[in-house]
Amino acid sequence: MFENRDLVVPGDVLYEGRIKTGDNTHRTQGKVIATRVGLVDYNRGMVSVIALEAGFNPLVGDMVIGDVVDIELGYWVVNIDAPENAVLNVPEAIDAPFRSDIDMPRILDIGDTIVAKIVDMDRRRTPILSILGRGLGKLEEGFIIRITPSKIPRLIGKKGSMVNMILKETGCNIVIGQNGRVLIQGKTREQEEMAVSVIHKIENEAHIPGLTNRVQAYLSKLKEES
Amino acid sequence: MSKSKSRRKKKTEWKRYDDRKPEELRTLKIETGVLPNADGSAYIEMGRNKIIVGVFGPREMHPKRFSKPNEAVLRCRYHMAPFSTDPRRSPAPSRRDNEISMVMRYALEPAVFLERYPRSVIDVYAEILQADGGTRTACINAASVALVDAGIPMRDLVASCAAGKMEDNLILDLGDYEDKEGQADVPVAYMPKLEKVTLLQMDGILSTDEFEKCIDMAIEGCKQIYEVQRESLKKKYGVEEKEAEE
Repeated sequence: MFENRDLVVPGDVLYEGRIKTGDNTHRTQGKVIATRVGLVDYNRGMVSVIALEAGFNPLVGDMVIGDVVDIELGYWVVNIDAPENAVLNVPEAIDAPFRSDIDMPRILDIGDTIVAKIVDMDRRRTPILSILGRGLGKLEEGFIIRITPSKIPRLIGKKGSMVNMILKETGCNIVIGQNGRVLIQGKTREQEEMAVSVIHKIENEAHIPGLTNRVQAYLSKLKEES
Repeated sequence: MSKSKSRRKKKTEWKRYDDRKPEELRTLKIETGVLPNADGSAYIEMGRNKIIVGVFGPREMHPKRFSKPNEAVLRCRYHMAPFSTDPRRSPAPSRRDNEISMVMRYALEPAVFLERYPRSVIDVYAEILQADGGTRTACINAASVALVDAGIPMRDLVASCAAGKMEDNLILDLGDYEDKEGQADVPVAYMPKLEKVTLLQMDGILSTDEFEKCIDMAIEGCKQIYEVQRESLKKKYGVEEKEAEE
């Protein structure tokens, strides 16, 4: 069998017999198999796989960055890189009930990018968004890069330690969407480029221990160069 | 007459056109994560085959009426580049392309947890840059690695390999020449951990006994390919690990 934190690929048998199964595992014929590439984790009578590659699985409470793809009567359709498009209802955008004389494209037009929060899931598990709240709403400036959604927790770090470090060192404003889109707003082009290269480094090395120290060293190296 | 001829052949040891042993695979190289724009990707070199596969999704399906309410749709596209063969091949999808797209889909579907993504689609695009026989098996090998690279939950990897018969000898992993000049060709796709066959085709004439031998040979080949697939997925993370330590 495997040791803790070994790399596994789909189909690998992680355990035979009775055990609790966690993320990215599947039980068939008394065996527990991995369903994604990742690091196996045997902890407290449970076996799970920490995925290295995974799509975005929308959950209530996630902050996401998406773009408006369609306008329907009473709601906007927003692409959030999930298996399904999300819905933003008018009352969740302007804090007023929907009236047919509201000019919806004036509030949000097709192609606009928004920072939103998933507030609910409807009966077919379509995410329902809201842009009411601090830090939410239409984006006017900055640019967006995409990373693998499964690496987002490492980019944020323990209680936001990693992202705070990048904020402090680069001087950029960074908004992280749980769906893998990261907004970067810097004062200069150099600042932004620095933030991008650091984020890509985190994405590539998220599974190797000692990440925070390495990123710290990388940041100071970049600063010296500039 | 023919009997004595075949006996003499056995004495002088029949050789394949590229000096491989009968049950030897072609050189195999798989690389993952080669396309930054795709959610998952893989590049395979199987003999002189060169194929690149990109996977997108699960994402919203368009046109919507083709989506299924209870599971995701796996959409495969097998396409040969005009320069992949000599003479030039028309880039328009042919009857053969459509059929191989379908065959790829049937081979991959049992390995993917489609029921987890209702009403969405997973797109698999396979582009053959250079063709050298057995492209469908190479496509399946690369596509299953690319699906894993895209973070799509899978039951197992799918490895695929052909066996066949040429000049009365059973051989594994046919190249272009053997494919065309040989007597039979049996492509097999196999899930090594689940021990299930997901694709079985046959072209040519084989006796029942030979057919069964071919399947066994192909499954052995699939198991070897599976190890290369595993290595390619591990390499993506293993190599980076070394760089970080330096």
